[in-house]
This record gives sequence, C-alpha cells and structure tokens, in this order.
Amino acid sequence: MSAIYILWLRELKRYVRSKAQIVASLGQPLLYLLVLGFGLGPVFQKAGNGSYLQFVAPGVISMTILFSVIFSGIAMLWDRQFGFLKETLVAPVPRIEVMIGRTLGGATVAVIQGTLILVVCLIAGFRPVQLSMLPLAFVFMALIAIVFAALGTAFGSILQDMQGFQLIMNFMVLPIFFLSGALFPLINLPRPLAIITRLDPLTYGVDALRGVLINASHFGLALDVSLLCAIAVAFLSLGGYLFSKIQL
Amino acid sequence: MIQVQDLVKKYGDFTAVNDISFTVEAGEIFAFLGPNGAGKTTTIKMLTTLLTPTGGKIELDGLDPTVHKNEARRKFGIVFQDPSLDNEQTAYENMALHAVLYKVPRKVRGERIEQLLKLFELWERRDDIVKTFSGGMKRRLEIARGFLHTPKILFLDEPTLGLDPQTRNQLWTHVKHLNETQKTTVFLTTHYMDEADRVAHRIAVIDHGGIVAQGTPQELKQQTNSESLEQAFLSLTGSSIRDEGATSADQMRQVAKMWGRR
Repeated sequence: MSAIYILWLRELKRYVRSKAQIVASLGQPLLYLLVLGFGLGPVFQKAGNGSYLQFVAPGVISMTILFSVIFSGIAMLWDRQFGFLKETLVAPVPRIEVMIGRTLGGATVAVIQGTLILVVCLIAGFRPVQLSMLPLAFVFMALIAIVFAALGTAFGSILQDMQGFQLIMNFMVLPIFFLSGALFPLINLPRPLAIITRLDPLTYGVDALRGVLINASHFGLALDVSLLCAIAVAFLSLGGYLFSKIQL
Repeated sequence: MIQVQDLVKKYGDFTAVNDISFTVEAGEIFAFLGPNGAGKTTTIKMLTTLLTPTGGKIELDGLDPTVHKNEARRKFGIVFQDPSLDNEQTAYENMALHAVLYKVPRKVRGERIEQLLKLFELWERRDDIVKTFSGGMKRRLEIARGFLHTPKILFLDEPTLGLDPQTRNQLWTHVKHLNETQKTTVFLTTHYMDEADRVAHRIAVIDHGGIVAQGTPQELKQQTNSESLEQAFLSLTGSSIRDEGATSADQMRQVAKMWGRR
C-alpha cells in the first residue's frame, strides 16, 4: 500500500511543480469552451436546443480529463526509455501496485484539471441546474479519469517510441473525444454515427456528467454508471496485464 | 553470490547472449568488460529481473530471479547506464521514495538517507530538484540510492560514463570503501580499462555474446602477454570497431534534447 501511495504522491508533486504545464494544458479546453460555446451558441439556440455553453461545458470538462490522463499514461514513455520507470520495475514491489499508483496519480491530476475547467465554465456563465448534484459530478469525473487513465497506462506499456504516440493521438484519443457526443447532441444522428458513439466509452462519461450538471442524460444515469464501472474494470485489467509484461 | 550457468538470450534470430557461465563470490568486485553490443547490458538486465532469459540458470544469493522476483529484487541495488532518477523531485525525495519501495524500516530511513547523502557529498543539496544537478551529482545520488536498502549485491552498468576524472576517482573510492566495510558484492561494467584494473578483483571479458576470458587483472595480462589491461582487452576482442544501431532510446534522447526535457 505504501508503494501505491508514494507513487501516487509522485504524480501529484510533478503536477503541482510544473506550473507552465498546468496553464498550457488548459489552453485547448478553453478554446473549445469559449470559441465553440459562444461561436455556435446562436445557431444552437435557433435550432431550439437552448444554450450551447450549457450543453458543451460537461463535454469540455470530459475532454480535459481524457487528454490529461492519456498524456500522463504516455509520459511513461519518457520514464521508460531513460528514466524512472526502471527504478520502479526493479523494486521489490508487485508490478500491479506500481501500475495502480501511477494510474491513480494520473487520474487524480486529471480530476484537478477538470475541476479547474469547471471553475472556468462557471465564470464563463455556465450554471449547473442543481447545485446539490455537484458532488456527484466529481464522482463521475473521477470515474472518467480512472477509465481512461487505465487505457493510458495500457498505451504507455506497449508504446516504444514517439511515432506510436502520434498514431494513438490521431486514431484513438481524438476519435474518442469527437465521437463521444461531447460537442453535439446524440438525438437524430445518422445511423452509423449513432452506432459508433454508442461504442465509445467516453459517451457514457459525458452523458453522466450532463445528467448531473444540466439534467439532460440521454441514456439515464443507471446505465451510464454500470457501463463506466464495467469498462473501468476491463481497462484496469488490461492496463495491469500489459504493464506486468513490460520488458526493458 | 551470483551464479550464472549457460545463460542465453535471443531476439528472434539474433543471439545477444550466447551460453555464458560465471560465478561471482561474496564480497568480490567483479568487472564485466566488452565492446559495445557485446551483451553486457543484456546480461545485467537478465540478472536484475528486467528481461526474461531464453535459457540457462541464474542464482542471486541462492534465489532464482526469474521465479522469486520480489525476493531477489530486495537483494540487489542497481545503477543503470541511463539515469533512473526522478528529475522532478528533490534528492531527498528520490531517496525517500526508494526507501518506501524497498521497505526500509521507517525508524532507520531518515538516518540512513542522511548518512549516505553526506557520504556522497550531496547533503547540502538535498532539497534541490534533481534536474538542476550536474551529471556527476546525479550519478552520485544514484549510487547513494543503490546502497540505501543495504543490498548484498550492487550492479553498476557503466556508472562512470561521461564523468570527469575527479568524479570517477571519487566514485570508485566510495564503491571500494563500501565494498570493504559492508562486504557488498559489486558487479560492474565499464569501458575504462584503468578503472577495472584498479578496482576489480576479477574480470570477465565478453564479446559477441560469449565470454572469451576470465580471471584476475594480472592473469588476463599474463595470458595475453600484455603490459596493460587495455592491451589485454584489445588482444582478446580484436581492434575492429563495433557499430550499434541507434535504439529508440537514442532517438528519444535527441527529441528530449530538442525539447529541453533533460
């Protein structure tokens, strides 16, 4: 347990100490929130869907979390090639503990990032429907973080170099984001798109966050929660397995 | 202390380590010498549980590291060819993290960290982030860290690569001192023959994945009728230059330089 704690703490320390990185990583979500939020706002309103800022805020929070955990998973590439990963891999600690410590650390950092964006959303004019549901929003943010942190660890375990990173960004992470319904409503979609969005784990995370923040869940919270938990278990097992197989 | 029998590592058709056997006695300083790509690092990785051998037997203090991984890991400390410190944490935090991972009893943790950081002249800088350290300071910190859990065996994979003579000298003095006082068994690789000649009790020369000679520095020189270990080494391994392909680590090192990560 102490090994999990100290590795979790390490991720947190690294985050808190890299002020530039904190600011930089908030840039992209801010663009989506402000440019799309206000840019598409009038059209969205005319189509009779209400405020786009309200709609897109939970999506942007999810995106922040997704990118943050995937990056921390991929940061393992650096640790792996010339660094710290070896130190943890030769230590007399079961690899699964190392993996859990790293993954939870990355997830915690992501929830902090998501919270920062939530605050920015509030400043920009986003209003949660029920303040009493806010604690639940954090539960879902944590769930999203764990699901994709585990996936990030899985990626980090199999990646050998930076070229692979581009591949994963363009063919995994960006599609996961764009197909999650973070930016558009899931109603009346063309059939192929409707099917693909339902296969995307992030869809249920975004949907759950919308459920608690603006009371507009498409699938219902019960389904979202059970699916997210199941996916978390599956990805954690996958990540744990791949991490235990790392050879240097 | 270390027993290796018929150890083999193959990557597809390529045999990196080809059927090597050797024994390192307790309290001995054993140097493993060879040109680039001879199989030194691969051997160390197999000894330290980072790679699974294709064949052969290893025993570390009576334990098979491929079976009893965690028990074996507690027996040794290692200083890698590439630094393995956490650059974003302080020297003290790196030591503390290591102490937790190796379950150094809480009571002696602070005391041992202080003692080792003082020994390696890093105590004044204990609260500085490691990325501000020079190459020599990082190396010293890594070696200090390697000793923190009082390992029975210390692996040093080219620990003096890129260090100036002063730092190298100081480093070996510390290693010898700890070998004499704590009876730590040391297994080292280096490209500096004078270092091996000075500190090693026994030497094995490896080339193309196989051991070509073993013995004390004196014996190796006599065998080859050489005056220096460097001459002996060259006559054993030939003077042709070995080119290694750039690994993905090398490529990433380039990228890292570009981005100023290190």
